Amino acid sequence: MPKITFKIDGKQCTAEDGQNLVEAAADNHVYIPTLCHMKGEKCLGTCRVCMVKVNGKDMAGCTLSVSEGMEVTFDTPELNDKRKALIEMLFVERNHFCPSCEKSGRCDLQALAYRFKMHIPRFRYRYPFFEVYSKVDKLMLEHNRCILCQRCVEFIRDPDTNRKIFSMRNRTNKSMIQVDYRLANKMSEEQIDKAVAICPVGAIIKKGQGFDEAYGQRKYDQHPIGYEVDGGTNSK
Amino acid sequence: MVRMKNQIQSIAEKYSNDRTRLMDIFWDIQDLHGYIPHKALRVLEESLDISTADLRETLSFYHFFHESPSGKFNIYLNKDVASQLKGHEAIYAAFETECNCKFGSVCMDGTFGLFETPCIGLSDQEPAALINLVPFTNLTPQKVKDIVAALRAGKELAALVEQYGYGDGANQQIKTMVCSNIRQLGPVFGEKISTGEGLAQSLKSTPEQVIEEVKTAGLRGRGGAGFGTGMKWSFCRAAKGSTKYVVCNADEGEPGTFKDRIVMTEYPEQLFEGMAIAGYAIGAQQGILYLRAEYKYMQDYLEGKLKDLRAKNILGQNVLGKSGFNFDIRIQFGAGAYVCGEESALIESMEGKRGTPRVKPPFPVEVGYLGCPTVINNVETLAALPYILKNGGSWYKGFGTEKTPGTKLLSVSGDCEKPGVYEIEFGMTVREFLAMVGAKDAYAVQVSGPSGECINAQQSLDRKLCHEDLSAGGSMIIFNKDRDLLKYMRYFMTFFVEESCGICVPCRAGNIVMRNNLDKIRAGHANQEDLDNIFAWGQIVADTSRCGLGATSRNPIVSSFKNFPDLYKKLLDEKTNPLYDASFNLEASVEDFDRALKEQNQIGRNVHA
Ligand SMILES: Cc1cc2nc3c(=O)[nH]c(=O)nc-3n(C[C@H](O)[C@H](O)[C@H](O)COP(=O)(O)O)c2cc1C
Ligand code: SF4
Ligand code: SF4
Repeated sequence: MPKITFKIDGKQCTAEDGQNLVEAAADNHVYIPTLCHMKGEKCLGTCRVCMVKVNGKDMAGCTLSVSEGMEVTFDTPELNDKRKALIEMLFVERNHFCPSCEKSGRCDLQALAYRFKMHIPRFRYRYPFFEVYSKVDKLMLEHNRCILCQRCVEFIRDPDTNRKIFSMRNRTNKSMIQVDYRLANKMSEEQIDKAVAICPVGAIIKKGQGFDEAYGQRKYDQHPIGYEVDGGTNSK
Repeated sequence: MVRMKNQIQSIAEKYSNDRTRLMDIFWDIQDLHGYIPHKALRVLEESLDISTADLRETLSFYHFFHESPSGKFNIYLNKDVASQLKGHEAIYAAFETECNCKFGSVCMDGTFGLFETPCIGLSDQEPAALINLVPFTNLTPQKVKDIVAALRAGKELAALVEQYGYGDGANQQIKTMVCSNIRQLGPVFGEKISTGEGLAQSLKSTPEQVIEEVKTAGLRGRGGAGFGTGMKWSFCRAAKGSTKYVVCNADEGEPGTFKDRIVMTEYPEQLFEGMAIAGYAIGAQQGILYLRAEYKYMQDYLEGKLKDLRAKNILGQNVLGKSGFNFDIRIQFGAGAYVCGEESALIESMEGKRGTPRVKPPFPVEVGYLGCPTVINNVETLAALPYILKNGGSWYKGFGTEKTPGTKLLSVSGDCEKPGVYEIEFGMTVREFLAMVGAKDAYAVQVSGPSGECINAQQSLDRKLCHEDLSAGGSMIIFNKDRDLLKYMRYFMTFFVEESCGICVPCRAGNIVMRNNLDKIRAGHANQEDLDNIFAWGQIVADTSRCGLGATSRNPIVSSFKNFPDLYKKLLDEKTNPLYDASFNLEASVEDFDRALKEQNQIGRNVHA
C-alpha cells in the first residue's frame, strides 16, 4: 500500500491510501472517539460521535477513507460540543445508573462522558421503562444501558451457520436489541466473553459474573479513554 | 402444522429460497394467514438459512406487517395533516364506536383491526382510510357507519367500492374510489404521445447520446434532492460491473405528496418506457418499481400494463427490434416505512432487510441493489423521459427557469377550492400558485412536505417555485388563518420521530428532544432559552445524522419560526428571571400527591363510617 499524507487540524499525518480515518488518526496519535467503530471491522456509522469536518462539511469520521492532501478538522469547540451532545442524548435516552453497573469503569460511554466533562445532560431524562431480558441461560440483555451501536448484531454470529444471534427489532426510539433464543443458548463461553467485551456499555452481561475488578483497578481508572492513542496529550 | 410448513416452504421456494426476496415472502404469508405467525418464521429459518432473530429484524420494521393475529378487515386511517384539516377526529371516533375497539387493537371477535398510518397519498380526498389496503375516500361519520355495517353483514370490499362509485380516468379500470383530480396539465404531460415513441428515438442513438440529451434537457430529479439525472446516469454507466439496475422510487411517502400516484395510474406507459430508456442509457437489463404498500390497489392494473408493454416489445428481448437490448421490469412492494424512500434504505428494503439508510460512500450508482451499480429515480423523473427523448433536450430546457428547467407536478391539498394535481412550469410565483388553486385566504403553505419549508403565504407572494428559490418537491399543503399552525408542526415532528429508522443517535433521540421542547412552548411553559435550545439542538441533529431524514427533521420548527416568529414568541413565558424555571408547574407537580391524599381521606372516611 502506498503511503499518503493528510492533515488533522493542521498536523501532518501519514497513512496508507484509503485507510479508515479513525484508524489512520490513531496511527498518528490522534484519538477520534467512537462508540460503534471497531478497528479493522466494517463501518457501522451509528453513534456519530466521530464527527469531523472535511471541506467544511460534517462527516462521520468512521465512514471516511483518507486520501492524499485531505484536510480534516477535528478538535474544535463546535465539533466537541456536538460529540458531547450525542453522548448526552444517549444518557437521557435510556437509564444509565453507572454506580450499579457491572461495566462501570470499563464502559466506553461513561469514559467518554468523563472525557467530555459531562455533568448533567442538557436534555431532559426520559426514564423509559425496560425490562432486563434474562431468559438465555448464560447471558442477560440489560436494555436500559444499550446504545444500539449494532456491534453485537454485526460481529457476533453463530459459528456453525453464520446466522445472526443478536438483531434489532422495531424502529425509531422503540428499537431494541433482541437475541435468537436458541442460538444464544448455543454460545460458547468464549463467544459470550467476546460479546460482553465488544459491547461498549453494560448491556450484555454474563450471568454469574459481576464486579470482578476492584475500584481503582478498572480499565479507565488507570487511564482515561483514548490514552493509549494520544498518551493524554488531548483531553477531547 | 404440517400443512402450514408445506405452505410456507412453497412460498419460499416460489422465490427460490432467496432471502433478498423476504419482503415478498412476508407479503405472501400475510395474505394467506392475515399475519406472520411465529411458526412460519421457524420454517423460513431453514428455508432461507437465516435466524429467527434476523427474520424478526425485518418483520418488525414495517408497520403493515403483523406479528400477531390481526383483524379480518384491517383499517388503516390516515392521521396526517391533510386528513386532520378535513375532519380526521370525527372519523377516528366513528371508527372506534362502530368497530367497538380502540385504534391500535383488534376487536373482540376479530372482525376489525384499527390502526393509524401517516399520509397514504390521498391528501386531495381526505379523510381516507385503507381497508385491507383498499382505499376509501372522502369519509364522513355516516359513511364510516355504513361501511362498517356492510362489512359486518358480509358484504365484499369490491362490492362496497362499486356501490360508492369508481373515480375518474384510469381509476375506472382499476375499480377504485380514488379520483385522479388532475386540475391542470402543462406542456409535457399535456402532450399526447404514443407509447414507445421516446424509446424508439433513444434506440436510434448510442447510450452516451441519450445521456447527453438528458443533460441538455437539464432534467433534475423530482424526488426532492434535485440531482442532475444525466449526471447520475453517467456515473452509473461508468461504474464497473456487467449487471446494473434501474430502480423507480415509488415510495411517495412525503406527507401531502400524491403526484406519483397520478403518474402511475394515468401515465404508466410513459413511466415504464422511461425506465427502459434509463436502462438503455446505463446498460441495465432489469428495472424494479419499488411501490409503497399504500398503492397495492394498483398492482393488477400495473401488472397488466407491463404485460401489454411486453406484447408490444417495449419490454422484453431485443426491445423494439434493437438487437442485444433486453429489458424487463418487476414490481417490488414496500410495507409501510417513510424512510424507505431514501434511496439506500430503499435498496436495503428491496434486499429483504430493514429500511436502514446505508453508510455512504459508496453511493448506489457504484454499489447498489445486490451490490451492483444502480440508478434510482423518482416516478415523475422517469415518466418525463419519453417526452424529452421524443422532442429533444433543448425543447424541454425551454420550459421553466435557467437553473430548474422543465415542468413540475404539484400535489395540492388543504385549505383551497381545487385540491389535486397541477403541472406547472418551474418559476411560477406563490401568488400565481395560490390563485390557480383557489386559496383565497392562505396563511401558510407547507412546501415540499415536512422536510421542506413552511412559508408565510402573504409574505412570500413573489417567491418562485424552483430550486434556486423555493424548492418545490411536489407536496403543497395550504393552511388558512383559522388553523393552529403549531399543532400541525407538532404533528410533523411526531412524524419524524415515528419514521426515524432508529439506527443513528441524533435522529433517534434528538427528534424527540426537539418535539418535547415544542410541547413545552405550546403549553406556555417555555422561556427564551427553551426556544434557543430547539435551534441549537436541531442544528446538531441536522449536522450529525446519517441520512436526509435526520438532516431535515428540524425544518417544521425552524421554518415556521422563521416565517411566523410571533406565533412562538407570544407563547413564551413572560418572566425573564433566569433562576425561574418556567416549566415548573406547581399544581401539576403535586397533582398525584393531592389525588392520593384525597383517596386516602376517602378510604379513611369509609372505614370510619
Ligand atoms: C427520508 C427520505 C425519504 C425520501 N422519500 C422519497 C420518495 O418517497 N420518493 C422519491 O422519489 N424520493 C425520495 N427521497 C429521495 C431519494 O433518496 C432519492 O434522492 C430520489 O429517489 C432520487 O430520484 P431523483 O433523482 O429522480 O429525484 C427520499 C429521501 C429521504 C432522505
Ligand atoms: S447490546 Fe451492546 S453491543 Fe449490542 S447494540 Fe446494545 S450497546 Fe451495542
Ligand atoms: S437520520 Fe434518522 S432515518 Fe436517517 S439513518 Fe439516522 S436514524 Fe435512520
